[in-house]
Amino acid sequence: MFGKLTWDAIPFDQPIPLAAGALVIVVIVGVVAFVTIKGWVPYLWREWITSVDHKHIGIMYVTLAAVMLLRGFIDAIMMRSQQAIAFRSQGYLPPEHYNQIFSAHGTIMIFFVAMPFVIGLMNFVVPLQLGVRDVAFPTLNSVSFWLTATGALLINLSLVVGEFSRTGWLPFPPLSELTYSPGVGVDYYLWGVQISGVGTVMTGVNFVTTILKIHAPGMTYMRMPVFCWTAFASMLVIVAAFPVLTATLAMLTLDRYLGFHFFTNEAGGNVMMFMNLIWIWGHPEVYILVLPAFGVFSEVVSTFSRKPLFGYRSMVWATMAICVISYMVWLHHFFTMGAGPNVNAVFGIASMIIAVPTGVKIFNWMFTMYGGRVVYATPMLWSLGFMVTFVIGGLTGVLVAVVPADFMLHNSLFQVAHFHNVIIGGVLFGMFAGYTFWFPKAFGFRLHEGWGKAAFWCWFIGFYLAFMPLYVVGLMGMTRRMQHYDVPEWRPWLLVAAVGAAVILAGILCQVAQLVVSIRHREELRDLTGDPWMGRALEWSTSSPPPAFNFAVLPYVEGRDDYWRRARLAERGAGPAVEPVYKAIEMPRNSATGFVCAFFATFGGFGMIWHIWWLVGVSLLGAFVTFVVFAWRDRTEYEIPADEVARIDRANRRARGEAFTPAGVLS
Amino acid sequence: MILGAGVRRFVLRLAPLLAALPLSGCDLAVLDPKGPVGEGNATILVDSVAIMLVIVVPTIIATLGVAWWFRSSNQRAFYLPDWEYSGQLELIVWAIPLLTIMLLGGVTWIGAFDLDPARPLESKEEPLNVQVVSLDWKWLFIYPDQHVASVNRLVIPAGTPIHFSLTSGSVMTAFFVPRLGSMIYTMNRMRTQLNLLADHPGIFHGLATQISGDGFADMHFEVEAKSTEDFYAWLGQVRAGGPELTPESYIALSKQSVVPAPFTFRSVTDGLFDKILDQTLPPGPGPVAETDPGPIVATAPRLCVGRRN
Amino acid sequence: MTAFQAGADFGDGRREETQGPRPEAIMDHAGPTAKRIIVGYGFWIFLLSDIVMFSAFFATYAVLVNETAGGPSGKDLFDLHNVAIETACLLLSSFTCGLAAIGSRAHNGLLYYGGMAATFLFGLGFLSIEMHEFAGMVGQGAGPTRSAFLSAFFTLVGCHGLHVTLGLLWLLTMVAQVFAKGYRADILRRVLCFALFWHTLDIIWVAIFTVVYLLGAGA
Repeated sequence: MFGKLTWDAIPFDQPIPLAAGALVIVVIVGVVAFVTIKGWVPYLWREWITSVDHKHIGIMYVTLAAVMLLRGFIDAIMMRSQQAIAFRSQGYLPPEHYNQIFSAHGTIMIFFVAMPFVIGLMNFVVPLQLGVRDVAFPTLNSVSFWLTATGALLINLSLVVGEFSRTGWLPFPPLSELTYSPGVGVDYYLWGVQISGVGTVMTGVNFVTTILKIHAPGMTYMRMPVFCWTAFASMLVIVAAFPVLTATLAMLTLDRYLGFHFFTNEAGGNVMMFMNLIWIWGHPEVYILVLPAFGVFSEVVSTFSRKPLFGYRSMVWATMAICVISYMVWLHHFFTMGAGPNVNAVFGIASMIIAVPTGVKIFNWMFTMYGGRVVYATPMLWSLGFMVTFVIGGLTGVLVAVVPADFMLHNSLFQVAHFHNVIIGGVLFGMFAGYTFWFPKAFGFRLHEGWGKAAFWCWFIGFYLAFMPLYVVGLMGMTRRMQHYDVPEWRPWLLVAAVGAAVILAGILCQVAQLVVSIRHREELRDLTGDPWMGRALEWSTSSPPPAFNFAVLPYVEGRDDYWRRARLAERGAGPAVEPVYKAIEMPRNSATGFVCAFFATFGGFGMIWHIWWLVGVSLLGAFVTFVVFAWRDRTEYEIPADEVARIDRANRRARGEAFTPAGVLS
Repeated sequence: MILGAGVRRFVLRLAPLLAALPLSGCDLAVLDPKGPVGEGNATILVDSVAIMLVIVVPTIIATLGVAWWFRSSNQRAFYLPDWEYSGQLELIVWAIPLLTIMLLGGVTWIGAFDLDPARPLESKEEPLNVQVVSLDWKWLFIYPDQHVASVNRLVIPAGTPIHFSLTSGSVMTAFFVPRLGSMIYTMNRMRTQLNLLADHPGIFHGLATQISGDGFADMHFEVEAKSTEDFYAWLGQVRAGGPELTPESYIALSKQSVVPAPFTFRSVTDGLFDKILDQTLPPGPGPVAETDPGPIVATAPRLCVGRRN
Repeated sequence: MTAFQAGADFGDGRREETQGPRPEAIMDHAGPTAKRIIVGYGFWIFLLSDIVMFSAFFATYAVLVNETAGGPSGKDLFDLHNVAIETACLLLSSFTCGLAAIGSRAHNGLLYYGGMAATFLFGLGFLSIEMHEFAGMVGQGAGPTRSAFLSAFFTLVGCHGLHVTLGLLWLLTMVAQVFAKGYRADILRRVLCFALFWHTLDIIWVAIFTVVYLLGAGA
């Protein structure tokens, strides 16, 4: 009746997961109870859960990422503290537990922090920057989000019911096959990642279509903000890479569930095939993450230097070059598998070539600041921190692309330090910069600057304290994922790294404090004009937050940074002061499709993990019915009448006018 | 007061560890190789870093310098609000990384060939063959020509090139001796190759570098390079006593366990490695239900192979 | 999925007017594209992603094709006669699907319902032959658990068959939709997507019978 699920699945005999799980359940029940008692459920259902508005979906993605960051970071603290004390001792985490922790840490950070953060920012910003009302397929967008949330839920469920994978964040066979991982851990991983992967592919399809086909009039491709170009490149990579992940995980799933032999030791399975396939996805994946971060920096650096981005065309070419080359380098993840010098050398050189467009970008950002008037707002600090940190990470990256160097450093803590260097220094700093930069647009008030700066410095210093020692200890020959060790020389460095993790924790606490303080003081931090930073792209021409329809009338775009040009004209009192003709606007209706789909996906995934076949059948049927019900809708849009549009827009113009000119209008 | 004393004691205990930091910095195994392969790798590593630092350090300084000089409060800095393109700068900006990469690419190409693990080493000495089998969670070293084997301890003659043939008796993992040179994966049904040489006698740390399960952290082994006479003496000792490596004792060894101390086999059935390679001897079973892995305690082996009588 | 674009689609080709350019400006870019194009385009991108997934299965098949673990190989198992009939079924079904698509745009019930029915029957025919082949192979001990080659074979061909099955479900849904609601603009867009899907499956089948069956049987 319940497949493999029994009461033994709950870790009553393991205090740490039991306590953690109990805490999480208490928090969730508490939040749900609070929300229900306050009567917020109808509002949440209407405005958020069933929303197909890209802005709300973007905010939900970022919220998911932030919550998962806390979970993933706790895993990191546990790893660092274990390694700090497990010198000639078992520490406090036995291997079967420690192995789950680092696997969960990597899985959560990549799939449920970095991806949602990046996708969330793109969701919120791209349609606004393109000057349009929403993405190509709004309901599909909602489905994507909710499927991602399902994946996150399943992964976290493994803490309380059953166990998680112990193979690391990528389930290399044959360790991940049934023979060597008979428990449900790898299954939790497979279904959590697979389900959210489906959502991600749909996001890719959605945004590629949007960016190519839905622009404001006058916005040619070469007038799009660079953030849209990087979003486009990232989404293209998603569309072309994620299906490979889907196929590969499906093959591993078939091995585990139906006794197939893709990657088993016996009957001809080929482990090297898995390595190739998974890294054909895995390498483009990191560019999916970092390209939008580059886009954020392009926006932030140009805005806070009061200058247009230097070398726009070059940046576009560099972005597309990175997009294409990212598919040609995957073998550098397993130089030591023994492919031979010809193959190794080719991939090594290809991996270095990708450093060229990246270097170009760094220089172009520097030239953007050159001759500018740089304001050290928090987003700019994150950008400067990125430029220094990412360059170091890039150096170590090119270093491990040098094949003989990799022979000594593969899988060591040096490699771990390298990829954290580029992911934290690149992706995470970029996301924090974007979060701080666009927060006022999303919520109508800025984040507290003081706490923001404190958070930056804690993260920056903490990062170096936590990861520079790992470079050293990697050069000492320490490999990754060690639950205990007995080489005394390694210990001091791991202690310093643990201190670094504590400093990063301080940074995260600063960010939490920043949010709480900003909400408390939101009236003082209020953004009345919609443009608190002297922004350059179209999103700053809307109110903060923008109305549901984004733009009362789609703007006509005459060049790059067109908003900046018009805003400066309006400041000087120049420019036409004509009110547009307001028409009724049709917006897509909300839909519960995404949420209901996710509901069935959760139960279906859970059923698959625990071999509860009737539950799987019911869920599949439910998902199909949901789609049919959605397809049967007659009314897909609702209308906002012209005077409502007029009223909202006039209020926006008035607020801007009070800040810009007495005449009070922008073109 | 009690708290203060406790904190003081903690700091005092910690201090020597932290003081060891700069001292232990001299012990970067990867950069302190004891053999030609390691030396080749280390040289390339250091050279590559040096080449890149030439670009990276000025870039970082320039970035911070530009960001500081052009801060909005600096009245002396000029403002170029419309400067967004320069063809010459673009050329330089593309050229610098490109030239650097071309240089490093050349280093990589040559290095990948010279230091390919399967490439035999140049030496006057005849290479010694060692067959390596990674198991859960120990290393089996077979000396096919000497008909002996060793678990978790690799003894080699210094100054002699060692030709390794590697495979796995269970999951994929990797063999690495940081002071001697390159690492290489081991996979069931596949044979990988590695060539290493220890210039002088010494003891080196070896470990597995690919997660292979709950006992992974215990998959370290000792490598001892002895002088040629001592090596043959050691062989004599090994042949004098200890268990025999037969298909049966191999099957027992391949079950999941951690070996508390290294031991040796006084004889090895001929062709055992090939039988492992073609799966005549099947890969080790995973966790068996009745011995479901609880905490792996390194002191208690699950089986009794290798107890010297 | 309904597509949304900036501006109401009145279904008859008109679009909401956006703020116009200044008289002296040249319109370089007309603004958001029509819904029908957006839907088709988006669905094409999805199909490309699906083709990438199939490529991964094809690559795996190519690597594992000789890993028969002492068991039967393609030469021993494949019956090209059946494959020819399956191919004919799919090709004809593509033709009838095209007729159905034309019929839907022309609001011609005979062509639409007839075409869809024929497509369904041909698809069902294809599936039943394939199921029969699979069952036969399993029956003679050449199931997917026998060897890596067979795992790859069953997965690649089976994935295609799964897509065909889902396509048939989709077909029935589209027939029901037109029956219930007529030839509405958004339903026609979905018929377009279905037709694209069906034709793509045909193309993938051509790759399968070439790479798997023709090369396998000839080896």
